[in-house]
Amino acid sequence: MARALITMPKTAKRGEIVEIRTLIAHPMETGYRAGDDGQIVPRNLIRRFSCRYEGELVFSADLFPAVAANPYLTFCTLATTSGTLQFTWDGDCGFSQTENVVLTVT
Amino acid sequence: MNVTEMHVNEMNVTRRTLLSAGAAIGTLLVIRPALAEDVDLPSAIKAFTNGAPVQRGRVKLDIAPLVENGNTVPITVHVTSPMSAADHVLAITVLNEKNPQRDVITCHLGPRAGRADISARIRLATSQKLVAIAQMSDGSFWSDSADVIVTLAACIETP
Repeated sequence: MARALITMPKTAKRGEIVEIRTLIAHPMETGYRAGDDGQIVPRNLIRRFSCRYEGELVFSADLFPAVAANPYLTFCTLATTSGTLQFTWDGDCGFSQTENVVLTVT
Repeated sequence: MNVTEMHVNEMNVTRRTLLSAGAAIGTLLVIRPALAEDVDLPSAIKAFTNGAPVQRGRVKLDIAPLVENGNTVPITVHVTSPMSAADHVLAITVLNEKNPQRDVITCHLGPRAGRADISARIRLATSQKLVAIAQMSDGSFWSDSADVIVTLAACIETP
């Protein structure tokens, strides 16, 4: 399990725009870089990030080698109902991680 | 007789050496572009827009004009849009000019986003131009570009 940080408010008013900041520990190895032994370090990337709000996809991103190590991504979502936001990162070498954050809408 | 044979042998060896050397160079030439070269920026833009015209404006690409470390460069893309069900941003992509690969990140949004505002940290191999393109729900494309000077390059340093 990689260390993931998600920063967002716990509560929001209905219709309010919530800013979500996400960060996950991952090398994002490009596959273009040579290691200490002169051999190319094999590619190991997070390819896709997605955010589901009560099961509905509200944001997703395709990540390429040009995304820095420990991918940091911020985006916004509209607070509609109280519920769970599910964040998923998928990548090479079978990498997959899911985090859940509860948002209370008043 | 002996001398001629030897001469022929020598010739053969030379030819074989030359041929194998040629083949090795050929392999190098084939591998290198596959490793380092992607399509150029205009082709990458065309691939994203499917050939549709791209207008300037509505998109704001925020990036420092002078970057010290190309390994983590903060970027922010803001698109002016009401983000309603009828008029919203479908996708935002960031493309670069001189990294080994043109794509940087592609985000998919919808009316549920509330505001078309994203930021990320990216890598830049060298001083170059960056382009952000937004695809709207009405099918139009809008863009902004920025020139960045990078002092410490990322991702393609060779041993």
